[in-house]
Amino acid sequence: MKVKLVYFAWVRERIDKPEEEIELPDAVVTAGDLLRHLKTLGDGYEAALQYPEVIRVAVNQEHVDHDEPIAGAREIGIFPPMTGG
Amino acid sequence: MAASPTIRVQNEDFHLQTEIDRLVAGRTDIGAVVTFSGLCRDDGGSLNALELEHYPGMAEAEMRRIAELAIARFSLQGLTAIHRFGKIAPGENIVLVIAASRHRQAAFDGANFVMDFLKTAAPFWKKEHLADGSTGGWVSAKDADDKARDKWR
Repeated sequence: MKVKLVYFAWVRERIDKPEEEIELPDAVVTAGDLLRHLKTLGDGYEAALQYPEVIRVAVNQEHVDHDEPIAGAREIGIFPPMTGG
Repeated sequence: MAASPTIRVQNEDFHLQTEIDRLVAGRTDIGAVVTFSGLCRDDGGSLNALELEHYPGMAEAEMRRIAELAIARFSLQGLTAIHRFGKIAPGENIVLVIAASRHRQAAFDGANFVMDFLKTAAPFWKKEHLADGSTGGWVSAKDADDKARDKWR
């Protein structure tokens, strides 16, 4: 599955790009699987996703839990806890 | 029919009275208007500016989801939520929530609810720029904000 990933705040800074399109292996089923897969792609990803439990994931611009499937996602946002307001 | 919220994500400043006037224009059913505005503070002079990053599209969508929950839960007559992005100096506005209802309690609760969820679920992030010219890094999320949100469950 090919998907667009968009990164924000310190996740974006550590991966060192705002977005990319990547091909996902079939074994990546859930949002948590995606984070574990990305973590293997290099030092920047490793630094950004060192503590995956704090990372938030949004599929097609809606929050999802890490155990939710990402099948059919067009765009997946990956970012730290939010600090607006 | 449920009220339709006004949601804006913008770089430019907003004006409280203008937004209140827009919300209540032509309405005779509103008895209470609660306005919350969040400003950038300088933390004792150490902060030069906040840089607000957001997820374009999702920021508006999430603010709308939160606003619609508040309208349904508190039977609000009207709701406006505006969040700024970009570099914001101490003393400047960051966020505005206006809740309107028949009676005051729903408007107080509605504004409070929207802010609690906006802080924990709307995709915005603050980066500090310090007065000494350095970057203070990204603001950390606070447990107190999660607790404030959880009181509505």
